[in-house]
Amino acid sequence: MIRLALLTIALALPAKAEELVAGLSQNRVAITADFSGSEILIFGAIKREAPAPEGALDMIITVEGPKTPVEVLKKSRHFGIWINTEAVEVDAAPSFYAIATTGRLFDVLSHTEDLRHRISIPKAIRSVGAPPEVGEATRFTDALIRLRSHAGLYRVDARDIAVTEETLFQTSVALPANLTDGAYTVRIFLTRDREVIDAYTTIIDVQKVGLERFLFNLAYEQPLIYGLLALVLAALAGWGASAVFRFIRI
Amino acid sequence: MQIYLPIAEISVNAFVLLGLGGIVGMLSGLFGVGGGFLITPLLFFIGIPPPVAVATGANQVVASSISGVLAHLRRRTVDFRMGSVLLAGGLVGSGAGIYMFNWLQDLGQIDLVVQLSYVIFLGIIGLLMLQESVRALMRAKRSPGRVERRQHLWVHKLPLKMKFRASGLYISVIPPVLVGVLVGVLAAIMGVGGGFIMVPAMIYLLGMPTKVVVGTSLFQIIFVTAFTTLMHAVTNYSVDILLAVILILGGVFGAQLGTRIGARLKAEQLRILLALLVVAVCGKLMFDLVVEPRELYSIGYRGTQG
Repeated sequence: MIRLALLTIALALPAKAEELVAGLSQNRVAITADFSGSEILIFGAIKREAPAPEGALDMIITVEGPKTPVEVLKKSRHFGIWINTEAVEVDAAPSFYAIATTGRLFDVLSHTEDLRHRISIPKAIRSVGAPPEVGEATRFTDALIRLRSHAGLYRVDARDIAVTEETLFQTSVALPANLTDGAYTVRIFLTRDREVIDAYTTIIDVQKVGLERFLFNLAYEQPLIYGLLALVLAALAGWGASAVFRFIRI
Repeated sequence: MQIYLPIAEISVNAFVLLGLGGIVGMLSGLFGVGGGFLITPLLFFIGIPPPVAVATGANQVVASSISGVLAHLRRRTVDFRMGSVLLAGGLVGSGAGIYMFNWLQDLGQIDLVVQLSYVIFLGIIGLLMLQESVRALMRAKRSPGRVERRQHLWVHKLPLKMKFRASGLYISVIPPVLVGVLVGVLAAIMGVGGGFIMVPAMIYLLGMPTKVVVGTSLFQIIFVTAFTTLMHAVTNYSVDILLAVILILGGVFGAQLGTRIGARLKAEQLRILLALLVVAVCGKLMFDLVVEPRELYSIGYRGTQG
């Protein structure tokens, strides 16, 4: 159904040489108490006026969480125990980053284009304030990428986009359960011979809802009331338990 | 069933948390301890960030000590005057502890200090308990032993004396205030009630009669951990109510179960079990500090926040 609809759109609209038309299965992700991850379907079509030109057609889709500064710590051994001794502040690292492609990343994208659009994971992380020893700083960003990849937050899925007849494409990106909220940017790049010929950007809004949102906001905006609430709940539970079990015993 | 914790910002299995609360509750019912010193390290093991584990642990101790103190109130085994003096010291200690906690967190060393404190205190207490209970077991086999009470004369020479009628004591307020301060610092940094330090100190240092010791320490612990929870909530935003509620629910039922099982076992055997448990938790924490970690790098907590 979706494919048919998109094909109709692709055929109906006039446009430049090759252009992307895309949609998402959802623009909002709600983090509820029982949130266990979410799967976003990204689909669309490539619109053309003339027959497809020569050269390998490829696609890259990135989903990027909000960027924040991150402190990366390194341990070393002192007095027989392992202590955090070095810290490097990475200026801006996305909380989540997933890349899906039609082939191996640098088979479908040139390094110049990667620099321009900041597509690969190391390019998506900005680190300018690091100490002068460049080699050191790189090891800390490498560690950050390794840690976040291990936690399933940074992912590269090569050959994960299905393209039909050089026109229709679709892929799905799994968002893990340990998401932070914010605006997630979805970027879709169309490349021919490793050069980007069109790009499409849209936003997925990830938000805590219901109880999660209430507690989180209360904790940060009214910490005193939140703290008192925590104590009242604890007191009620303690007193309630004592009362209930005394009643049961009699 | 996975549940997303709003402050810790991770998704964990609710039954694991309930079970954890239940087991610790059962142990606290079984052994008559608060359980804070077990729940906080166990939360580290399942991946809760240490600042959240400490703050939420303190919140959980509030509930378990309220439930405990009610039983002691009915038996009139709470020395309110002594409790208040300990509490005054406790609040000062907790305030200082929170200040140290935030300072260490800025230095990026809080995980280390929390873990080291656990290793040191659990190590000392565990070994002392083990020694004491093995000795008690030997004594019980031979003959009913005599109870020793050490006299600390220097305690009686200090100024600012006060009468503690429920404990039958006339001593200076300085030692109890100092004990309170120490326990307050521990509550803030380790997320524990501190009963495991306070109870021996009350018996051996202050010479309080054993029957009022537990009730009085619980009385003090309620207020010190409540203050600590509040301070962590206001300065660090690190109390996770959802996590606390699940742990408390598990703990409440576990405690009742523990009390009933405890009534059927011998006290000496129970103490050996508890001592072994404490030593085991301590050993695991120490192992993590001493052995070279597979990953030398880590991401600073709250580095992920906006």
